Amino acid sequence: MLRRDLLRTTGALLSADALSLLRVTPASAQSRAETLLVVVEVGQNSLDPQGLGVNQATLGVTWNLYDRLIGFGVKTLPDGNASFDFDHLVPELAESWTTAADGGSVTFRLRPDATFHDGSKVTAADVKWSLDRAVSNPAPASQMRAGGLEKPEQFVVLDEHTIRVDLPAHSKLSLPDLAVIQPSVFNAKLCQAHATTDDPWALNWAKTNTAGSGAYTLESWTPRQETVLARNESWRGGKLPFFKRIVIREIPSSGNRRALLERGDADLSFDLPPRDFADLARDAKLTVLGVPAPNTFQYVGMNTHTKPFDDVRVRQAVAWALPYDKIFDTALQGRGRKLFGGPAAPVGNEWPQPFPYHTDPDRAKALLAEAGLAGGFETTLAFDLGTASVDEPVCLFIQEALAGIGIKAAINRLPPGQLRGSIGSRQQPLYLFSFGAWFDVPEYFFFLLYDGKLNGPSNGASYANQAVDAAIDTARNTSDPEAYAAALRTMFTAAMTDVPYVPLAQPFVNVAMQKSISGFVNMFHRQLDYRPLHRG
Amino acid sequence: MASASLWRYAARRVLLALPALAGVVVVTFVITRMLPGDPALYYAGQVDSFASVDEIRHRMGLDRPLPLQFVAYVDDLAHGDLGQSLSTGQPVGRELIQRLPASFELMASALSLALLIAVPLGVMAATRPGSWIDHACRLIGTAGVSLPTFFTGLLLIYVFYYVAGWAPAPVGRFPSFMRPPPSITGMILIDSLLAGDLDKFQAALGQIALPALTMALFALAPLTRMTRAAMLGVLSSDFVRQARANGAPRLHLLFVTALRNGLLPVVTTLGMIASSMLGANVLVERVFAWPGVGSYALDAMVSLDYAPLQGFVLVMSVVYVLINLGIDILYGVIDPRVRFEA
Repeated sequence: MLRRDLLRTTGALLSADALSLLRVTPASAQSRAETLLVVVEVGQNSLDPQGLGVNQATLGVTWNLYDRLIGFGVKTLPDGNASFDFDHLVPELAESWTTAADGGSVTFRLRPDATFHDGSKVTAADVKWSLDRAVSNPAPASQMRAGGLEKPEQFVVLDEHTIRVDLPAHSKLSLPDLAVIQPSVFNAKLCQAHATTDDPWALNWAKTNTAGSGAYTLESWTPRQETVLARNESWRGGKLPFFKRIVIREIPSSGNRRALLERGDADLSFDLPPRDFADLARDAKLTVLGVPAPNTFQYVGMNTHTKPFDDVRVRQAVAWALPYDKIFDTALQGRGRKLFGGPAAPVGNEWPQPFPYHTDPDRAKALLAEAGLAGGFETTLAFDLGTASVDEPVCLFIQEALAGIGIKAAINRLPPGQLRGSIGSRQQPLYLFSFGAWFDVPEYFFFLLYDGKLNGPSNGASYANQAVDAAIDTARNTSDPEAYAAALRTMFTAAMTDVPYVPLAQPFVNVAMQKSISGFVNMFHRQLDYRPLHRG
Repeated sequence: MASASLWRYAARRVLLALPALAGVVVVTFVITRMLPGDPALYYAGQVDSFASVDEIRHRMGLDRPLPLQFVAYVDDLAHGDLGQSLSTGQPVGRELIQRLPASFELMASALSLALLIAVPLGVMAATRPGSWIDHACRLIGTAGVSLPTFFTGLLLIYVFYYVAGWAPAPVGRFPSFMRPPPSITGMILIDSLLAGDLDKFQAALGQIALPALTMALFALAPLTRMTRAAMLGVLSSDFVRQARANGAPRLHLLFVTALRNGLLPVVTTLGMIASSMLGANVLVERVFAWPGVGSYALDAMVSLDYAPLQGFVLVMSVVYVLINLGIDILYGVIDPRVRFEA
């Protein structure tokens, strides 16, 4: 017994020595170079891109584990950064597609050589099952509806490699809607083997297992600690990625994520506070990129059904009172695009664009007096503690500026993640939040945030304006460029005049990485696409 | 005989804890439901309409009346099922079993470290009241209590990792590019020894050093002060004077004769610190990315994730009961006058 222990210990000592020798061999240096170590605040809570209650990180990791029929191309922005191109769709699992002459359907031809991670072929039946699953479960169905994809009958298998998608109404968003995360393609046979009568779509199984054909396979997942992805050597959806392994470590403290980057113990981080990105950019030891998040703004919202914000003059007074420059320079550290101080009327079809407001307390006071509130009033200003490192200083600046025109705003700190729900139930008269729409088209942004007919959870101002509702409908359905531009003009003008939401900035999607790493492409989901990244 | 009465005592204590645990089940269920916020809206994310939110609420079973939800919860509990976490997607029971050893390992390392420093320091301070060592003891005590643990943690990381580069990267229990040893006890230090892998043991030791030191600094203060106070009392008592008059060797006198008699209050303090270190150690766990139960519960609370929260409170109450029982039994070992009456 004793001797065996002794032997074991000696063996261990020897192998420990052997290991420490191994660590400096070129082979392991090679594997380190081909491994990307990413540090994040929070990892995924599920591996199912169509799952219920999945977080942002789930969208990011499943983007790399699963393929879609089609993807977005890449364009270079004027500032030199690379971004997804909403107007340019590229093949992924589908090698080609044709739209019917009447626009009533799209037929996709699948790559004949694409396989799932278990080696089985990707067939049209798998695609149909996946799209059926997407429209039959509440979480993905909401996104699918945006592109007019609502019923399983719309997905018709023509042969093993051909599938037709029927579109009830001509919708400009149908094709892009097949390139987002929800219509990921699942290995139907594998999922069905784990389905039960209570759970016909294998939702429980897919939470912790993957059934994709994506560029990466899941090597291991320890929730709230670490996720390891391995390159799928037989991936056919595009060019084989550079990194053979992706190690994602969850480091809750942002200070430590920064320290790990600066010491070279991590390769990449994309969720630091703006101040850290600004500091790191100044130090220039790392590559720091900032891409304005498409179709997104950070805003101050006012509930138009709550007194005194039901009066447009009061909302305009707030818009003239906000300390824009202070917020942008100090709290946001310039990590965004200014959405204030613009021309008096909207320009062009771009959204978001600068609103005409700037800091003018006298004008704000005059508007308040006009509204019969020269003496000011009391209200609350809510923000979410989950984003407190930015939002708390912003709110303090706002509080100070509002006090200057007689509005006493008590700050209401909501526990992390709860502001969205509170806005949904219309409990906040005045709040700081941000909103982004995946589809990089203004009408979709307006549909979710400003549409009075929908009056959905995001419309925390309960904003309703029949002219805007009609313009949103027109913009979504017309193919006439002039009618489209006129509809956008109506929407933009109303947004700027009625100001239920006062934008502060279009925030950056930030990423800080070692100088050796490049290839970052900003995606609509604001998570990492590991496929285009490379070292050297 | 003695061991039979000990077992009877332990069994009685555990039985007496059962009504308390039943109360914990009811109270945590009610309290979690009273948390502000709507989990359906939280987990719905950015959906287009309220109809989707309602359907999500239905799928989550949150549209059922509370009494029915409670019955379902108790039924699952009776089958040993603590439910599923929405924020990690894993069964709560499995996650707690994985995370408790992480918290326990950290707590045990920190307490051992604290005891190794606090007891000799307290004894020396008691033998020379008013001396420099007594003042040093008071200073350490005050500093340890007044510095918040997250601050000490960040400071240690800054000095030992960021500036000096002596400590490994604060990435949790194990380095980024090494596989942990096969899990047997769940405590990596022990598992790596069981696997005979000293390289991994060393790596795990490096990872645990700073968080353990952070927590030890916090625990140092009450332990040192308690040791000092207890020893002051004991050292001036008759039996110590008698032993000293009889010429007992000084070290034996201090650390065996006197310390054993002064240990009871120290052990009581130890029990209290151990319990709070195990479950209420969120800040240290977050700073060091340590996957313990404290941060698990906090994450569950902010994401309105009822099942892990209920599971955490229930499991921690069981652990508290066991720790208190252990401390009581330790009393008997230290002081033969303690009797376990069933």
